[in-house]
Amino acid sequence: MPSSEVAGPAEVLVLAELTASGEPTRATLEALTAARVLGAPVAVVLGAPGAAAGAAAELARFGAGRVLAGESAELDAALVGPRVDVLARLVADRAPVAVVVPASAEGREVAARLAVRTGSGFLTDVVGLAADGTATQLAFGGTTVVRAQVTTGTPVHAWRPSSLTPVPAPVATVVEQVPVELSATAREARVVRRVAGPVAGRPALTEASVVVAVGRGVTTAAELAAVEELADALGAAIGATRAAVDAGVCPPSCLVGQSGARVSPRLYVAVGISGAAQHWSGVRAAQTVVAVNSDPDAPVFALADFGVVGDVATVVPALTAQITAARG
Amino acid sequence: MHSVVLVKQVPDPAGERELDRRDATVARDAADAVVGPLDLHALEAALTLRERAGGTVTALTVGPPRAAGALRHALATGADRAVHVVDPALHGACAPQTSAVLAAALRRVGFDLVLCGAASSDGRLGVMAALLGERLGVPHLSGLRALAVSGTTVTGERQTEDGWWELAAELPAVVSTHALPDPPRRRTVAGIRAAQHRPVTTLTLTDLGIDPATVGLAAATSRVVTADAGPARTPGRTGDPAELVRFLADRALV
Repeated sequence: MPSSEVAGPAEVLVLAELTASGEPTRATLEALTAARVLGAPVAVVLGAPGAAAGAAAELARFGAGRVLAGESAELDAALVGPRVDVLARLVADRAPVAVVVPASAEGREVAARLAVRTGSGFLTDVVGLAADGTATQLAFGGTTVVRAQVTTGTPVHAWRPSSLTPVPAPVATVVEQVPVELSATAREARVVRRVAGPVAGRPALTEASVVVAVGRGVTTAAELAAVEELADALGAAIGATRAAVDAGVCPPSCLVGQSGARVSPRLYVAVGISGAAQHWSGVRAAQTVVAVNSDPDAPVFALADFGVVGDVATVVPALTAQITAARG
Repeated sequence: MHSVVLVKQVPDPAGERELDRRDATVARDAADAVVGPLDLHALEAALTLRERAGGTVTALTVGPPRAAGALRHALATGADRAVHVVDPALHGACAPQTSAVLAAALRRVGFDLVLCGAASSDGRLGVMAALLGERLGVPHLSGLRALAVSGTTVTGERQTEDGWWELAAELPAVVSTHALPDPPRRRTVAGIRAAQHRPVTTLTLTDLGIDPATVGLAAATSRVVTADAGPARTPGRTGDPAELVRFLADRALV
């Protein structure tokens, strides 16, 4: 029925996260894809001046009919707080049906503080959204599937990266500047400096669609180099177990598992990993798992979809060669 | 300086964890209980700060009567005193509610620095430091792999997906820790004996000025509709590298 009211379809605010080169992250495109079922996605870009202009085309390609740009150098000078200030104001001004935030380390915290600030409930590790607002979550590293609803306020969903394949839905978009007015408390957790990790050119562990991880069975520099070649052939991030980190084979930033990152790639390649629960709690959401281990009795073979029993030093270079050849 | 460490009793992460079939809360009785592994790193940081600069370390938990085990563990490891918020109305409390209860308890006991693990190994939300910063109106520095206090400034290194950030804030503040460089110290027999004489204060929601009707499953900000076992993995097969690459190609993974 035509309406004389100016109100359009319900809006869903989607916080856009940008890569170092200024493009929306894959998790952002996933969040836009998932948010469409709830209403019209409106992307919120919070960053340095000019950030929204560089990202708007890609955001529009995935359905963001409006891009709200909060641009200020102050946004990145403090942890979490500035983003919450701007988003809370947008929630009050625009009354969206929901807010979806990519669940990076900072995004999860933005979601949590925003929910408390706006008197709302929030859900984390969301991997699916339904039109009635029901969210699907993975609990306990993917061993339990939960469907849940926020019952208070404006629902805030922290979207788990690598949960779906982003689907384009091109729309025309407008970029609209929104004010960045920060409270004193928002500036208090100061980011003094940012230091890039030791490995450039590989995807971030929690964003990667392929992860190649090493465990106790990788001990020599030559074996690690072979694993790195395999990772680069697959465009993969490199992960590690606690044993490999403690042995100095990989830096702590590679740690996957109970005290490290939880990953949810399409493919997880476990090299020289036994399959202990402390590590596997970070891997359970991986869609396909393959394992290389010299011990045919390693528990990892019961967890993997496909296993190769053999020495890392021979199997891994063979795999790299076969994959390169298969790609022609 | 008064440090308050949040300790949480969790199902042993080495075992299987599940949801209670009756109300979809974490089935805490079904598993062996341990102190959250990262909470022990937070406790270690607080004890180290006390050794360097003096002060008091308080362990704080919210949970059922059996959660007192986590406080006894913290006292035996070196905490000076412990506070246990225990109330039947807390069953099924969601994270925002729990943060409101913890914040009320923290205001009651006072604090310069609040420390907790960067994620509990059961609920795995990893956002309690952020929630408490919001509730208490103080800065939160989270996901730290190193931590120091100099005068009234707390600094730390935040582990990120692609490197690390150097963070700083003025006290009072809330911090959360990943695994820190020094492994957590262990309990000693002498510590366990000494802990028997250290005070454990028990507080109810009413003691904290919180209406029990506003906390717990019925008043939670979100509700679980269904909870099911995740998709079971079909048993894997084995083969040589060439067969593995064909397997990956069939699934469009290479």
